[in-house]
Amino acid sequence: MSQEGRSPSSLRSDLARVRGLGSAKSGVGHWWAQRVTALALIPLTVWFVAQIVHLAGAPHAAVVDWVASPVPAILLILLVVAAFHHAQLGLQVVIEDYVHGDGAKLFWLLLIKAAAIVLGLAIVFAVFRMYSWGS
Amino acid sequence: MPAAPEAPPAPKPVLAPARPLSPHLQIYRPQLTSVLSITHRATGVALAVGTLLLAWWLIAAATGPEAYAEVQAVLASWIGRLLLIGWTIALFYHLCNGIRHLFWDAGYGFELRTTYVSGWLVILATLVLTAVTWWWGLK
Repeated sequence: MSQEGRSPSSLRSDLARVRGLGSAKSGVGHWWAQRVTALALIPLTVWFVAQIVHLAGAPHAAVVDWVASPVPAILLILLVVAAFHHAQLGLQVVIEDYVHGDGAKLFWLLLIKAAAIVLGLAIVFAVFRMYSWGS
Repeated sequence: MPAAPEAPPAPKPVLAPARPLSPHLQIYRPQLTSVLSITHRATGVALAVGTLLLAWWLIAAATGPEAYAEVQAVLASWIGRLLLIGWTIALFYHLCNGIRHLFWDAGYGFELRTTYVSGWLVILATLVLTAVTWWWGLK
């Protein structure tokens, strides 16, 4: 079976012939990162929703007070890092499935990655800023 | 001199592929499993868009009371409320169904009956958690 379509004079192994081809490039790392961030997001999301419900309709000062304490600030940053990493990984799969053509695919993959990094950093910076107001 | 290698068999004429093909979506009857699967992806994309709101809300709060009041006004409008309810449903659905996926990744819950029971549980949990969140938030 493994000999099919293979020149009999070739000394290359089957593994050497398929390595770097097809979809199996860095899929395992991607798969694990998606699961690990998913696992981290379970408690972080539940915490976040509970906090947001508690803050619903709260004045500006209450939100700043909330972000200005260490535990919410740290958990918010963890949430943002995990969520943006998870979202980037998920959107990457969606783009790889539905966007055809190398140029368009590369464009969207880079755009999503850049957006995740810029937005994530902007939120972390916002958290630091409010934290500095509190101390 | 060794004998010439045997020629590979001629490829079969390609008329109808013998291999199984993906279901043709327009004639394929949707099932709970397939609908929940595509909904997981759709809610994931929706939540990724929702991170823009999270960014706007936190950055506005870090800018000052006026910017924060603007976001709060948009969120208190009927369209803001509608979007927030939609995102709450998407979040709880993706969370619950994501846990279902993690069980599958660990090798559990593949029996047909189990996938249907877990699927309905995800729907039930999504509705209950969304209702509890909004009841609690508006209280």
